[in-house]
Order: sequence, then structure tokens, then C-alpha cells
Amino acid sequence: MDWGNIIDNALRAFIGIDTVIYALAAIGLNVHFGYTGLLNFGQAAFLAVAAYGLAISVSISGLPFGVGIIVGLLGAVVLAILLGIPTLRLRADYLAIVTIAAAEIFRLIVRSASLRDQTGGSNGLSAFSEGFYSLNPFPKGSYGFGPFVYNERDTWVLLVGWVLIVLASTIVWLLMRSPWGRVIKAVREDEDAVRSLGKNVYAYKMQSLIIGGVLGSLGGFMLALGKGSVQPDLYGTELTFFAYTVLLLGGAARVLGPVIGSALFWLVLSLTDNILNQAIDAGYISSSIINSNQVGQIRFIMVGVALMLLMIFRPQGIFGDRKELALDGR
Amino acid sequence: MADDSNAAQQGSTVTATSWMDEVEKVPGSKKPDPILVVDGVQRRFGGLVAVDVGHIEIQRGVITALIGPNGAGKTTFFNLLTGFDKPNEGNWSFNGQTISGVSPYKVARRGMVRTFQLTKVLSRLTVLENMRLGATKQRGESLLSAFFKPLWRQQEDEITAQARELLARFKLDAKADDMAGSLSGGQRKLLEMARALMVKPEMVMLDEPMAGVNPALTQSLLGHVKDLRTQGMTVLFVEHDMDMVRDIADWVIVMAQGTVVAEGPPHEVMANPAVIDAYLGSHHDAPLTAEDEQEQLAAAEAEMDAELDEQGKA
Repeated sequence: MDWGNIIDNALRAFIGIDTVIYALAAIGLNVHFGYTGLLNFGQAAFLAVAAYGLAISVSISGLPFGVGIIVGLLGAVVLAILLGIPTLRLRADYLAIVTIAAAEIFRLIVRSASLRDQTGGSNGLSAFSEGFYSLNPFPKGSYGFGPFVYNERDTWVLLVGWVLIVLASTIVWLLMRSPWGRVIKAVREDEDAVRSLGKNVYAYKMQSLIIGGVLGSLGGFMLALGKGSVQPDLYGTELTFFAYTVLLLGGAARVLGPVIGSALFWLVLSLTDNILNQAIDAGYISSSIINSNQVGQIRFIMVGVALMLLMIFRPQGIFGDRKELALDGR
Repeated sequence: MADDSNAAQQGSTVTATSWMDEVEKVPGSKKPDPILVVDGVQRRFGGLVAVDVGHIEIQRGVITALIGPNGAGKTTFFNLLTGFDKPNEGNWSFNGQTISGVSPYKVARRGMVRTFQLTKVLSRLTVLENMRLGATKQRGESLLSAFFKPLWRQQEDEITAQARELLARFKLDAKADDMAGSLSGGQRKLLEMARALMVKPEMVMLDEPMAGVNPALTQSLLGHVKDLRTQGMTVLFVEHDMDMVRDIADWVIVMAQGTVVAEGPPHEVMANPAVIDAYLGSHHDAPLTAEDEQEQLAAAEAEMDAELDEQGKA
């Protein structure tokens, strides 16, 4: 087994494009779930709306890249308002139902055959990222050190991605140390108490839904640009559930929780994948037990077990405070 | 709003006893200076009429107790007045402005702040943060200025000073940096009351402030409620403990089965046959004196003996 290769791959996954995408999605989710207590199970929809907003504007309507980004961001804001108006006055569980349904509705609409000319149907869209790569200041070549060596394209994507993560985390940090953040956290603890103190809870929840949605939509842009295409089935419920996993792994209601959570999540996935594959290749694991086609599933089973253990022995996540979690909600 | 209305309220506190003589001791009587006027409020749950209050006025600057047996509709009435529930009909006004159908947060901003029967502290916020949350008109609570600390730092310092002062008064200053969820039940009641005061209300509505509080803390809570009156606030509270009502209430309103059955000063109301009926049922046989109790016990024992004898024979 080539341990050097395994470790190099794991380190690359640690800061890779998937880490960036899920970190951004989870930062938005952290605003919703971690700070405000909104059970948004449709984070994938915010990423999808942003990605499709960009892709349709550029490759179908022929608008410039910058306009595509603005359309994507506005799409996320509109989606948040549409989801919020009917559900934010109701109990938390209703938001969960509506958001997961909305995310699936959006995915099924954009992949429908009758919209093939507008959304590309199940094949999705491509050829919209030229504007992004034409902004790339890195000339052709390879950049980095040690295991982190990338071509100019990947360097540019990762650089932009990590800048966005720093930006999003800073926004969350600035907001959550302010009196606005205090109201948001208080809403998570008990809405009625906050109402009784003269705060417009509905407006705060709407603001939180919009901010978390827009931050998450940055992950949608990165997913679209990193792959150079949008493909409807990448925006399924799985994306949302991975984002929740990432958030809980890192620790909810912590500024850096989603970032560390995402990095570790992809590190562990890469490790299990590579170790299993190499062990099979080297004959340490007989292919009558697991063959290399099954590794994809097996590693998720292993990650699932690891997450269960984490939730049992460290339910607060990596950054969380166990004492805080132990306090009852009422 | 604080200064001039305070002066007026101080005045009415001084004459707290004299106004009572002018007021009829019947449900719905007119008060000389009402802060809250309720008219024909009805709340039905299906066929059940939970609250059906004809007319009621709450005198400014005094402590009014709302009592009644379980299920009388006291908490529902509270929820209606503070906007947490919507009535089927009726209207009410606070300080002359109608506030029926106004949402809870606006009611609080008008100066009528409530607490809850089941205490609602914000567990995973510190005691001090709980207090700061109560302050109104905070610049940093709007999304755009939240980003820029210089815009709200000074106000935050003022609010913090105010919060610490209140915490010291409620003997919670040692707990300021603890999570509110780590407080005992009684301390949570204290915190909730202190937090309500951060709103600088004109009228405080306390829903069972003494429920589940140990006797030692009860005395201090009682003192705080009386303090509110000295500071010129109007207090309306729901309570079961008659001793407490007798001790601190200036005026008592009695509800039974959703309606107001009596009102008046505590000692008069407690002697009112309608109130005794409401609490004990009209065919009550509760002991009124120690001798009565002995008599009833003896009678009950005799009855039981007789029954046992009969069973023995059979």
C-alpha cells in the first residue's frame, strides 16, 4: 500500500473543492439551524437556485458572468422569502417539511424534459464558466507546494472558494457578536419570550433565512464553477443531509464549526476510500468480501458509523460546548 | 414616557387607599384612573367559552391580583390581553389606545410586558445576555448597523450597566456570566421579572410569579413586586396563593368559568360568598373553623366505621 499517496490525497481533500462547497452550504445552515433554530431541510435548493440562476443567465440568455452571479444571489433571496412567508409563523417542523419539499420541487422542475431548452433537463447546463476563468490571474502552469499542487484553473477556483469562506465566516462572526445576533440566538431558545420583550420575531427569522440562504448559495456557485456544469441530481436531498452532517461534526452555533466539519468530513471520506481501494488492490482484503466497486458504498457505511459514535460520545461536535448542549431547551 | 407618567403614578400611589372608597366593589366597576380597559372580550374553543369578560378596568399604579380556580381562564385572559392569543370578539385599550388585535411584540413596545407561567429563560444565553435582550430601541438590533460595532457599542455599555444594576437588585449579579439554563426554578422567575423590567414597562403582567418558588425566595419576590409599585408601575398578576394575594394586592379580581365574578380589596373579596362558591363549589362542605373540621372528621370516620361494619356482616 502506498501510504504517501493515501495521505497526499487526504490532505488535498482537506482543502479541496468539495470541502469549500460543503463548508459554504453549512455556514448558511449554521445561521439557520445553529443560531436561529430554523429547521431548514432544503439547503440544497439555495445552492441549486444560485447555480441555475448563473447557468441559465449565462449559457441560455447570454448575459455576462457578473449578471449571472447577481441573478443567482437574487434567486436565493426570493426563494428565502417564498419559503418564509407561509412557514415562519408556524412551528419549526413545518419549515422542515416545506423546505425539503421545495428543494425537491425545484430539482424536479429543472430536470423535467419539457424544460430542456431552458434548463438542460437531466443533463443540466454547461459552458457558463468562461467569464469566471477569464478572470483568472494565474498564467498557465502549476502552483503550490508538497501535496498541494494544482493547475492554474484549480488554483483559481480554490482561491476564490476559500476567500468566500473567510468572507462568509467573517459575516457570521460580525453578526453573531452584535445585538442582532443576540436576538437571533434568543429566538432559537424561545420565540415567545423574545416576542414578550418587544422584538419582531417574524422579521428576524426572515432575515436569518435570507442571510443563511445567500451564504449557502455561494456554495452553489462554487459547485457549478468547480464542475464547469450544473446537473440537477447534484442538488438532491443528499447535499442537504451532508451539509447537516458537516455542521454537526464541526459543532453548530460556532463560527468555524462548519469549516472544520467540512474539511474533516472530506478528509475522512478520502482516507476510507483510498485505504479500502488500496487494501483491495494489494490483496489485504479479499475481493470476495469487498470488491472495488463496492468501496463507494462501504466508505459511507463506515463514515455513518463514525458519525454515530461521534454523536454518542461527543454530541456537541468538535467545537461545541457539552455543558451548553446539556442545558434543557426550556 | 418614563418621567411625566411616573409623576402621575406616584400621585396615585399616595392615594392608593382613598380611591378604593369611591369605587364600587362589583365586577366591572369604574376606576378613577384606569390604565387598562377591557370590553366584552370573549374567547371560545369550539363549544367551550374559555373567557367571557364583560367590562373591566385596571387602576394605574396599583397591584391588582387576578385569582380564580383552575380552569377559570386567567392565563387565557392574559394571553388575549398581551396579543399571544386572539379573541373571538371584544376590544381593550391600554393608556387610552386600543391594542386589541395588536401583535405581542407591539404590545410590549407600548409598555405592557408579561412573564409566563412556565418560566421562559433563554437557557443557552448567559444571564447578562438575557437581561440585555430586554432593552428596547437597540441600534445594534437592526441588521445593517449590527455589522459596525462603533454604531452600537456605547448603547451596549449603557444597557450593560443598567442590566448589572437590576441583577444586583435581584441578587443575581453573581450569576451574570452563567448560562441562564443553569439557574434554579426560583432564580429563573427572578431573572424573568428582571428581564421584563429591562423593557421599562408601564405595566407588568406576571403569570403566577410564585409558582414553584421556595418559601425563602417567595419573600424576596414579594418584595420585588411591591417595589414595582413604588417605582410607579402597574402590576397585574395571576396567583393561587391566597396569603400572597392578601399580602401584596391592593385590588383583587376573581374569575370563575371565564367570567369575572367579583372584585374589590382583598379582605372584602375573600369574604364574598360568590368567591367562596367559585373556589369551593356552591355545595361545599369545607371546614371553616377548627371545630367544624373536627366535627366533619368525626362524622366521616363514623360513616366509614358503619360501612366497614356492614361489610363485616355481609
